[in-house]
Amino acid sequence: MAAPTQVNDLSWLIGGPQGSGVDSSANVFARACAAGGLHVFGKREFYSNIMGEHSYFALRAHTNLVRSHIDSVNVLATFEAETLFRHARAVTDDGAIIYDPSLGKTRLSDIPTIEKRLRAELQTYLISHGVGETLDDMLAASKRRGVALVPIPFKDLLEQIADEFQIDQLSKITRVVNMLAVGASFGILGFDFAMMRASLEDVFRAKAKVVSMNAAGAQKAYDLARSLVPEFRYRLERVPRKEPRLFLTGSQATALGKLYGGMRFQTYYPITPASDESEFLEENEILDLDGHGLVPEAETPKDKAASMLVVQTEDEIAAVTMATGAALTGARSATATSGPGFSLMMEGIGWASINEVPLVITLYQRAGPSTGMPTRHEQGDLRFALHAGHGESPRIVLASGDFEECIRDGFLSFNLAERYQMPVIHLVDKALANSYATIAPPNLSDLRIDRGLVANGNNGYSKDNPYKRFDLGNGPVSARALLGQEGTIFWNTGDEHDEMGHITEDPGLRNAMMEKRFAKLDLAAKEIPQDVKLTYFGPKDAGTVIVSWGSTKGALLDALDRLWAEGAKVGYLHVRLMSPFPSAEVLAFLAKARRRIAVEMNFGAQLASVVREHTGVAMTHFILKYNGRPMSNTELYEALRSVGKGKAPKRTVLTRGA
Amino acid sequence: MALEQVLKPSDFATEVHNDWCPGCGDFGILRTIQMALAELRMEPHRVTIVSGIGCSAKTIHYVKTYGVHTLHGRALPYATGVKLANPQLKVLCLSGDGDGLGIGGGHFVNAGRRNLDMLYVIHDNGVYGLTKGQAAPTLKLGVQTKSLAHPNINDAVNPIWLALAAGATWVGRGYSYEIKHLVSLLKQGIEHKGYAFLDVLQPCPTYNDINTKEWYGGEDRKDAESGRPLPRVYKLEDEGFDPVVHEPSEIEKKTTQALEKALEWGDRIPIGVFFKNEHVPTFEERILQRVSTYMDNPPALQSIAGPNGEPRTDLTRLVQRMTFKGE
Repeated sequence: MAAPTQVNDLSWLIGGPQGSGVDSSANVFARACAAGGLHVFGKREFYSNIMGEHSYFALRAHTNLVRSHIDSVNVLATFEAETLFRHARAVTDDGAIIYDPSLGKTRLSDIPTIEKRLRAELQTYLISHGVGETLDDMLAASKRRGVALVPIPFKDLLEQIADEFQIDQLSKITRVVNMLAVGASFGILGFDFAMMRASLEDVFRAKAKVVSMNAAGAQKAYDLARSLVPEFRYRLERVPRKEPRLFLTGSQATALGKLYGGMRFQTYYPITPASDESEFLEENEILDLDGHGLVPEAETPKDKAASMLVVQTEDEIAAVTMATGAALTGARSATATSGPGFSLMMEGIGWASINEVPLVITLYQRAGPSTGMPTRHEQGDLRFALHAGHGESPRIVLASGDFEECIRDGFLSFNLAERYQMPVIHLVDKALANSYATIAPPNLSDLRIDRGLVANGNNGYSKDNPYKRFDLGNGPVSARALLGQEGTIFWNTGDEHDEMGHITEDPGLRNAMMEKRFAKLDLAAKEIPQDVKLTYFGPKDAGTVIVSWGSTKGALLDALDRLWAEGAKVGYLHVRLMSPFPSAEVLAFLAKARRRIAVEMNFGAQLASVVREHTGVAMTHFILKYNGRPMSNTELYEALRSVGKGKAPKRTVLTRGA
Repeated sequence: MALEQVLKPSDFATEVHNDWCPGCGDFGILRTIQMALAELRMEPHRVTIVSGIGCSAKTIHYVKTYGVHTLHGRALPYATGVKLANPQLKVLCLSGDGDGLGIGGGHFVNAGRRNLDMLYVIHDNGVYGLTKGQAAPTLKLGVQTKSLAHPNINDAVNPIWLALAAGATWVGRGYSYEIKHLVSLLKQGIEHKGYAFLDVLQPCPTYNDINTKEWYGGEDRKDAESGRPLPRVYKLEDEGFDPVVHEPSEIEKKTTQALEKALEWGDRIPIGVFFKNEHVPTFEERILQRVSTYMDNPPALQSIAGPNGEPRTDLTRLVQRMTFKGE
């Protein structure tokens, strides 16, 4: 008996050499699904390379919200050999492979970009299936499992398009193969082709000919694939929907939050993956104010003409110091960077902390140490963010776990920086930054801008009662004046300073200033609401509690949905505020749990150690991953299940991902 | 932004105890900065002075304007951030030669590429004073100042050449004992439209026992007839040197003559303006091409919140492209 049709629950993967347009094919596929009312979640994997190395997109489409990827693939779409060799084994037995039949004789050893270790692994696989090492052999092994093979003669179709559109050279339209692969995918999935057309129009908006050429090609591939596999188990159908959806990346979400929070100045030095955010901001320097965004005004009043300045600096030292200089003038200022760049910012962070400057640093974590794996994923910088810099310098550290948290934390970072007058490090990890997904537009109506205690010249300062930037007389937070203001001249120095901001080495003043700075952190711990500090999911009396942070939230919640449906009593404590650490709150959730599981994408279980440092509570189990690939909900589900059955070792290392 | 009322240098003085060594060349620079600001009738709160680390960096504590004493080598990027976020401020930036040309050399080069409207002054004494006299980037090869174990193994960088190569549009050199001349140079640098670099020869009486006040003054080589010292330092303008690029076609010629002059050292050391070119758009002007309201409504002065903290930034247009509307 054939398995029942699976509607709107699909895992799709497209791959190809970098620079060949795989990005836009995934974009078109995702946008077509979104236009049809589906939720999508896409994961992008690529090498640190401009052209030629393998890159791929794994995308899930579903009726409901999707927050993570899974290991298996239902439809693998490709127009070249390497993707097929790399990913064919991940295709489910009831899935399909869309490929170019003219490449059948390509040998595994013909592909120089496949690493030796993987090549050996694939050779073993092929030998165990009793076949040779060509692409046809790989396909034969797949077919034997039941995988549907969908040969698409890409070159023939391209030639037809070239004829129809009178293109003299085929090389001018090679990129159309991407849309042929997408069209063929939708063909076997039976998805409304009008959605693909709409998506093409959206992506190539200004280029009518490009749209019609790609649409014509995609339609041919769609029809051909459909005739080859008329009865495919997986189907995509339109879902009628009234509410709007946002389709964005984590980098964009973070940028939106920062802009909404009033950021007007950002510095950056090019680095993967942080640059994405700054480039997005650079493209959108002119801002609208007060809900006039959709109504073009003939003449914009001066105070409505908002803008932000994005500055590409000579290095990350300049990035952090320039942003600090800007923050001293009152502009909400930030810099965005990744590991190696953050390493260069240490001294500047210390300066901002001792001078109580509201500076925001968005730290996009990637796999370290050193250059590490620049385009791959890790949550390896928590400890570093907490302690970065010499001496003891208070800072606030926030870590986002999903797109809405990226927006909210981007916004909140500036409030916290100004209210407590210290640097705020906002941690985002690459898995979140580079993923793209549909979400319901978050309701942000609760967000208010808080500029903290600000001094101005009207506060009655005089020669006998001068403004003191670091006044010790009124609690830990002293009124912050801005460069250029009348009546509030102050001095800053990286040396220890007196109330005016002049250098001091007086032991009494030193104590007073150290205590002032750290008292602000206590105040922040008291004032920051619990729902910013952490979120708890699941039954309150759970005997097993997971502790995690950052992008693993998506895979965890997707895995937990399955575990909860099976009746598992598991709780999940998602920590967002890392400094000041919410010790009492975390302890309250962990005190009664018999089993405590750390889930983190790093080697050392960094959050687990921070929890232990602040609460004395140790984890009983660790589920960790540090191979540079994000956690899939498949492997997480399996690992959690194994811990639940009492079968797991203390430390489980997840290893999946291509 | 100049005031009507007459200002005195003492209007720019603080009560902070000055702990430079007696006879330090920095006193001359401090005094001339206060004189220049007074003569330009600058409102103190409209001026921000940014410094790096070292004896030179302490200057800001002695001047009554906004003062930002930053990190070793980083004065320029801090100053750049201040100026970019609020281009309505007057920004001066101070470094030592170790600070600005050694650890901060990368920023020195990149500031020239921007041509931001500010003045950068290097207190140039050839030694790292505050760390007890190690060799700094302007100390010549083979010179052994008194705390060096061996003669200097590195050669000197030429700040004038470097500034010209980097793209500074006003390049000058002063001497901290030529007070009137230095005040004039500071004023010209402050008023120059674009990035101005001023190298100030500044004897370190404690650690540089070679390039001393007496050496600059030529007291080791007296005129045979009059018995008067023959100063090494001379003024470019006294010899009819014209540093100004009057029209763009002169850039090559004027750069070349500035480079030639900057090679002079030893018996004759030129001070004055080496180069001035206002035909290069400032960084502010380049930003204006992209953001037409930048000068009137720069980042620092924008209103971002309503009376009750309502965020004023409207993301509608931005989010439009990311939105899939309902049916």
